Amino acid sequence: MRLEPRQTIPMWMVLSAPVMAIITALVVCAGLVMWAGEPVLQAYWLLFKGAVGTRFALTETLTRATPMILTGLAAAVAFRAKLWNIGGEGQFYVGALMATWLGSGMVVLPPWLMIPFLLITGALAGGFLLLVPAILKNKLKVDEVVTTLLLNFIVLLFVNFLLEGPLKDPMSMGWPQSASIIDEGVLPGIVSKSRLHLGFFIAMGAAVIVWAIMRFTVWGYEIRAVGFNAAAAAFSGIGVKRTVVLTALLSGGLAGIAGVGEVAGTKGYLTLDLSPGFGYAGIAVAMLAALHPLAVIASALFLAGIYVGADSMSRAINVPTYIADVIVATCVLSVLVSLMLTRFRVRLR
Amino acid sequence: MKQILNLSGISKRFGDLVANDAISLTLGEGEVLALLGENGAGKTTLMNILFGHYMADEGYVEVFGERLPPGQPEAALEAGIGMVHQHFSLADNLSVLENVTLGTESLWSWRQDVKSARTKLATLSKDFGLVVDPDARVVDLSVGERQRVEILKALYREAKILILDEPTAVLTPQESDKLFDTLRSLIDKGMSIIFISHKLHEILKVSDRIAVLRRGKVVAETDTANADRASLAEAMVGRTIHDPKGTPMSPGDTVFELSDVSITADQGLGALNNVNLALRKHEILGLAGVSGNGQQALAALISGQTKPDLGVMTLFGEVLNNPTPASMVHAGIGRIPEDRNSVGVIGEMTVRENMISESRRDRPQSRFGLFDAAAITKRSDQLIEKYDIRCQGAEEETRLLSGGNVQKLILARVLDANPAIILANQPVRGLDVGAIAYVHGKLLEARERGAGILLISEDLDELLALSDRIAVIYHGRLSQPMDTANVTARDIGLIMSGQTEAA
Amino acid sequence: MDVFEILLTAGFWAATLRIATPLIFGTLGELICERAGVLNLGIEGIMTMGAMCGWMWVYMGGDLTSGVLFAAFIGALFGLLHSIFAVYLGLSQHVAGIGITMLGSSLSYFVFRMLLPNATTPPKIDAFENVAIPVLSDVPFLGPALFNQTPMTYAAFVAVIGVWYGLHRTPLGLAVRMVGENPLAAEAQGINVLAVRTGAVMFGSALMSVGGAFLTMSAFDAFFFGMINGRGWICVALVIFASWNPGKALFGALLFAGIDAWQVRVQQLPGVNIPYQFFLMAPYVLSILAMIMVSRKALYPKALLVPFRRGERT
Repeated sequence: MRLEPRQTIPMWMVLSAPVMAIITALVVCAGLVMWAGEPVLQAYWLLFKGAVGTRFALTETLTRATPMILTGLAAAVAFRAKLWNIGGEGQFYVGALMATWLGSGMVVLPPWLMIPFLLITGALAGGFLLLVPAILKNKLKVDEVVTTLLLNFIVLLFVNFLLEGPLKDPMSMGWPQSASIIDEGVLPGIVSKSRLHLGFFIAMGAAVIVWAIMRFTVWGYEIRAVGFNAAAAAFSGIGVKRTVVLTALLSGGLAGIAGVGEVAGTKGYLTLDLSPGFGYAGIAVAMLAALHPLAVIASALFLAGIYVGADSMSRAINVPTYIADVIVATCVLSVLVSLMLTRFRVRLR
Repeated sequence: MKQILNLSGISKRFGDLVANDAISLTLGEGEVLALLGENGAGKTTLMNILFGHYMADEGYVEVFGERLPPGQPEAALEAGIGMVHQHFSLADNLSVLENVTLGTESLWSWRQDVKSARTKLATLSKDFGLVVDPDARVVDLSVGERQRVEILKALYREAKILILDEPTAVLTPQESDKLFDTLRSLIDKGMSIIFISHKLHEILKVSDRIAVLRRGKVVAETDTANADRASLAEAMVGRTIHDPKGTPMSPGDTVFELSDVSITADQGLGALNNVNLALRKHEILGLAGVSGNGQQALAALISGQTKPDLGVMTLFGEVLNNPTPASMVHAGIGRIPEDRNSVGVIGEMTVRENMISESRRDRPQSRFGLFDAAAITKRSDQLIEKYDIRCQGAEEETRLLSGGNVQKLILARVLDANPAIILANQPVRGLDVGAIAYVHGKLLEARERGAGILLISEDLDELLALSDRIAVIYHGRLSQPMDTANVTARDIGLIMSGQTEAA
Repeated sequence: MDVFEILLTAGFWAATLRIATPLIFGTLGELICERAGVLNLGIEGIMTMGAMCGWMWVYMGGDLTSGVLFAAFIGALFGLLHSIFAVYLGLSQHVAGIGITMLGSSLSYFVFRMLLPNATTPPKIDAFENVAIPVLSDVPFLGPALFNQTPMTYAAFVAVIGVWYGLHRTPLGLAVRMVGENPLAAEAQGINVLAVRTGAVMFGSALMSVGGAFLTMSAFDAFFFGMINGRGWICVALVIFASWNPGKALFGALLFAGIDAWQVRVQQLPGVNIPYQFFLMAPYVLSILAMIMVSRKALYPKALLVPFRRGERT
């Protein structure tokens, strides 16, 4: 078997790659459903209904997708520059932390100022967190995969400490959680009797802005150039280190905003389990979207649906909810292959 | 003469490109067969098929009467074929002994027999005059020494047929002579050799038979004794191409200068010692030298990738204090890099995107960080036409272009900015004769318009044909530039190998 | 007892060896993969799978030794999967590795939940017992400190010697190293690059998996969610810290384990007011510091992260 580079890549092939990956993942995971002793089609039907079948399910999926769009954008932007930001989880939490610290009473502004204030400070927190591994990469050639990952653990422990100590809500009866975000800072709901909030539109807006940056600006060009070939980019006069720093601020900032959204929109206060792995899921979202900012929206909606649907499904039949994670992991691996097939033709012999 | 190697009907395609077209060749025992052809003729592809790196689409190979299973270097090695690759296949971080013994013992054995390996290597070194330190790390060896290791690798495996792919590309004329002596002693000891080159005069010197390859086909075969230089050259190229020559011009003012510039080897680019260089208008200054003598450092300096540790760089009389690639481009320095594919362009980006890679922040390409797509389209379409860049439209990914067209893209980008100084670093390496003539023509045009050009090349013929003056770099030092009219290749070769004091 | 007297207790040293064991296996495993030129970011997921599978084998009635072998087998399978993506198809080693970690983690939690849908406390198994080495374990101080460990810990030390010997004294080890430095040169010497890389990744992954199994079969005796807790990533940092050298890997693992063992004990000292979370941060912070110290001069295997495609036009 040999791989031959394709001369041209038809558009229909690029669009169908993620779809093929998803179908492959669902087929492979069907095996797990069968092992659980449940009928596959019924299980997937329950999954689908659980994701979008009722008004409530749909709003839950959109709510779940909100932070995933943002962490997906964070990963997509960073990966485009070959900055392997696996620290979305940590950046999420420092964003949430910032919003909690500033937004639970310390600063009071009218809502039209308070919300942007929380978003910007949260973004800065996330951006600066990623800046540390980025600068270590620039100056000392330290591999950012490991540093961003390790920072996740450090940040979580730090949040743990704060929630049991300085930030603990005195009225929470012993539970480690923070005080609530003040009313001025809460992201208003946009659909009644649901958890869906303004953050969803903010996330969509962010996706459009990131797309515009990548498509129309010199900055976007430089990010892509550095990701493709840093040596050639440097030769043509692109400041590679500067690009890495700016990309880190943008990527970390997006993940930080995700954290602000969850604290100020979905939950209202900070707990240690605010994120069920949104940072890591963002990587899957980005891969499935082939790093395209607008496709991130669709990808996040799909993966959010998987999680929400699997929760619902596991309550009805005997399939553990972890199947959602397995499906997502399989999607990541199969989209790698299907994207490869768009660039290479397989020749037998 | 006994026929020991038979290539029959070998064909190989890479997508639309036919690299080898039904090639049939034989090799007799104890003979030196030369494979002559310009870059891109298919010589290396054919040898890679012989050695098993590639698999042929059609045809077969017979060695000592036995069919060779395709695509298996182990089988070729077993049959007695050894190859000295053009770009040495050695692991820099491992020792000479490790590189030579790799794969010679069964992978399932529990220990390596280091002692007998050393003895065998030492004996071979002595018998063939190829002296190397077995424990030295390859990264510390000179180019000539590395080639010796490559040959020893083949001898260690008791090769009977030795393939040498452009072995003199990186050697001085004197080192090349030494190589030819080694080859002769190998022949005396029973070896048969295939010698690949595009240098006619070498082939005439060293071979018994010559096969000429052009566009993947064998177009001529002859005994060397009966060979006629002119018809061979024509067979190689297929048509008479006149490599352009420059009109005599008197050089203008000095535009760019390096004064007492030194760079320490710490930067990993090689060292420069007290270099004084002046580039003048209307002049091509050629730089000769075996690679690894400081060219990389010099090129990095002029490209803005590094600063001198001592000394100054001046352009138009102003000292360049903090050179960066961007500042050099904007100051008027055009750079044609040595590695066009990995440094000169970004393969995954389109032709259009690569065209503006250096000018992306300038008007009219962009304003306040936003691209002006219409202006970019207009300019790049103009340049594609002007420079005859063959591609499937400006939106094609650059990795799909041929080497010659990539170089044209780079030329278009560089020359469109009308630079005062041009650094041309190995500009025609790996290009076919037509592309070579085109590039040379454009460089001469730039010279006529007033540019000062530094031409770094490993090809002495190219340097002698194009340059007004030639300097030699050796161990980081630059010789006094000499008028091309007054020097011969021999003289330069002596300085290149340090045998005459670089003045 | 003060902060430094802790270092003088035998218990501290025994704990150090115990804590070091999974780090040694994990680091050796990743080291082999990277020497062959393949970054294996699936380590965290593979260690999780190893922990779950080894435990599960014993829980379902198997014995401990075959449980370890089963864990190694599963690890090798995941290594094979990673090789298909990263070696055979030459896809992004970063993304493939992260995918494998996600798969390993999620699959192990899924299988665990399938086996025990209702368990609130993780069920225990009969884990490995300490085996005192005769004579040596009677030596005062050093005996109880070093020579009264579970068999897997002894195995870890043997593994260090084995891996060093394998990499530096056998023809196969030379092939592995060459493949990570210049695969084309290796091919020119008759080596099947894809096969050697795949074999190295599979063997390395088996070692990683055994490191995970140690946690459920020796250190603790149950499997719980999140038990790997970033050890895999620490191993990746340790490989760079160890300059891809088995001996230095042992040293690094011991150093880290020592600091971890020390911080656990320091927490318990009276008068120590630092919140425990900061102590728990120590291994991660140290890993980052270790990487900072060595990265600039690190001599990466030259072909690390570079896929090898046969017959590609150079």
